[in-house]
Amino acid sequence: MAKSKKNSVNRRGFLKGAAVGAAAIVAGQNADAQVAPAQPAAQTRATTALPSAGLARVETTAPPRADVYTTDRPGSDFMVDVIKTLGIEYIAANPGSAFRALHESFINYGGNKAPELLTCLHEESSVAMGHGYAKIEGKPLMVMAHGTVGLQHASMAIYNAYADRVPVYIVLGNILDGQWRRSDVEWTHAVQDCASMVRDYTKWDDSPISLTGFAESAIRAYKIAMTPPMGPVVLIADQVLQEEPVPDQDRGRLRVPKLSPTTPPAGDAAAVNELAKLLVAAENPLIVAGRLARTPNGLKLLIELAELLQTPVLDRRQRMNFPTQHPLYGSGSLAEADFVLGLEVPDFYQVIHAQTPVTKMGMESRLLTKPTTKLATLSTMDLLTKANYQDFGRYNEVDLAIAADAEATLPSLIEACKKLITADRRRAFEARRARYAEVAKQNQARFLQDAAWGWDTSPITTARMSAELWNQIKGEDWSLVSDVVFQSFWPTRLWNFTKHYQFIGGHGAYGVGYGAPAALGAALANRKYGRLTVNIQSDGDLNYAPGVLWTAAHHKIPMLNVMHNNRSYHQERMYVADMAARSQRDISRAGIGNDISDPNIDYATLAKAYGMFSIGPIENPADLGPALKRAIEVVKRGEPALVDVVSQPR
Amino acid sequence: MKKLLLTVIVMLPVIVAAQTNTAGNETNGKRLFMEKNCYYCHGTAGQGGRDGARLAATVLNADGLIRYVRKPAGAMPAYTEKLISDQELRDVLAYLKSLPAAKAPKDIPLLNQILEK
Repeated sequence: MAKSKKNSVNRRGFLKGAAVGAAAIVAGQNADAQVAPAQPAAQTRATTALPSAGLARVETTAPPRADVYTTDRPGSDFMVDVIKTLGIEYIAANPGSAFRALHESFINYGGNKAPELLTCLHEESSVAMGHGYAKIEGKPLMVMAHGTVGLQHASMAIYNAYADRVPVYIVLGNILDGQWRRSDVEWTHAVQDCASMVRDYTKWDDSPISLTGFAESAIRAYKIAMTPPMGPVVLIADQVLQEEPVPDQDRGRLRVPKLSPTTPPAGDAAAVNELAKLLVAAENPLIVAGRLARTPNGLKLLIELAELLQTPVLDRRQRMNFPTQHPLYGSGSLAEADFVLGLEVPDFYQVIHAQTPVTKMGMESRLLTKPTTKLATLSTMDLLTKANYQDFGRYNEVDLAIAADAEATLPSLIEACKKLITADRRRAFEARRARYAEVAKQNQARFLQDAAWGWDTSPITTARMSAELWNQIKGEDWSLVSDVVFQSFWPTRLWNFTKHYQFIGGHGAYGVGYGAPAALGAALANRKYGRLTVNIQSDGDLNYAPGVLWTAAHHKIPMLNVMHNNRSYHQERMYVADMAARSQRDISRAGIGNDISDPNIDYATLAKAYGMFSIGPIENPADLGPALKRAIEVVKRGEPALVDVVSQPR
Repeated sequence: MKKLLLTVIVMLPVIVAAQTNTAGNETNGKRLFMEKNCYYCHGTAGQGGRDGARLAATVLNADGLIRYVRKPAGAMPAYTEKLISDQELRDVLAYLKSLPAAKAPKDIPLLNQILEK
């Protein structure tokens, strides 16, 4: 609990004549602006601008008695006391006047440690950094932003984090009371209800109007963000509360409430027993894993459940749920399954149905399972559903739906299954073990054969890129912090993922611009563990806010960025080609508005400009291995590096 | 007039043969494969990927390819005659048939390492 310093003295001093002095300065500046003569062209080339006549007069004349406004205890110091109790390591922020006092308090009063300020060049990057960081570290970092223009920049990244059920702790500056707004800037940067803009896709927000209220809401916000289903939260730090001294009458009574973490909601015993019966009785059960493994324990528990029942796992690659070369990884089949269990699967309907492709008219989804297949879901999706933004997907008609955190429920589910397993059932499970092992072996052989096609071609295939990368990192303690969907899943097909931090899933809401900053946030979390962070970076994504390269270099966050440079917004290019084919018009024009070429972007030069070691563009596949090796040497020295690889579309 | 008629009669089999050239023109096929954006999903080497099947060294014959392109089964858009002619598809097939087959993974050191792990 933070206490007001006993010797804290409010030195706020209003001396006589303040209004007169301030008025004099303003009048002087205004007068100067009106009478200053136009400067001849030659004079404008002077390298050092001279002070204006008005400013010179003010600064060289003995001032009248003026108010000097100081305090050693602004409200923002107390806010720092509060936030320090949460154990937040970093603040990601692009600077903004609406939180200038809080900014100053963190770096001076708070010593810029725990949390440490990270300089971001865009608010979207700040939030996405928090998104990636939380998926590695299991807790949020803090983001500071303007309540208006900063939040507008940040909003897409907040939506991604919300849809991905990831906690981000966002503090916004705002001046609620119009009487305290000093200029047109402060009026345009102030808002009546900051959080309304993002309320549809945050878990909670509050706008406290006292420091006591701030303390309670700050702790509550953290608690809510961290309770599954997790999500971003928004707390408004009113600028007046930040900048004004802590009122004398509050000094003795301000306190920081104790954080009381909420245990994750686990499924009720009767429902869990019913689920166990379905699992144990099934002849061909299949587990579908979505955002299951919140922590390393989730991965461990799913392995235990799958091996106990010899049940294959269909991984949606939204978290590191299951080892990619385990015999039960991807060896099951929806068509053969007689029972399908979805664990934290946000798009369960899409999993069990084939959707009509965009190239066909109408919506004719077709069930991929047998009509008799029983279905169950165990998910927190049912605990956080809003109306406007519809990330909840199609309605699921299932036999059993348990609204609970899957990771928290797995221990009781495993125990319930153990109690039901008879010798006969155990023999049946063992019989399918060999079958799935054979399927997994065949899958692996097929992946390797598929990877060989186009091996020496240029642009470099994503399979070759992944194999070259694996060759360089397989002996390291590595962590892949980018999605694999844009590389035809080659990393998860070829690499041996076994640890929770080796994969973090994707965007959440497919908001492009997530990749580079989320990878940087994950790399930041990996730094203290000495892991080799690898980011396969899509070119279109990087161009939303390439300033993250500078943030990585400035804060010396080691990470290997490998550009998947297909010189296009390729997904959209395919969609436009689809539409052209449907319209029977010129398909060859589908690159218009989608291609990122002519001129090609030189990402190695871009990275250099931001202070990052870089190599490329690499077009010859034979050059890729040596380039990656050089870049990894730099990363191992504690710096970021980038290798630009000109690659196949997917 | 007779000379013109004779020329037409003599040239007709050539024209017809060109229109139904089952062998196809590999060079033109490569151009079409890129221009019609087949490579978007199937890769410039026809290697396939997340969005399209491998086409390099395809076992399809001309009739099979034409039939599939006109009425594809999956996510692929239908390419009608208006977008690409049968003969152009034969040229594309000639290009696909010309693409080298992949080596066996055991003959590629990086893949062999994974194979033998």
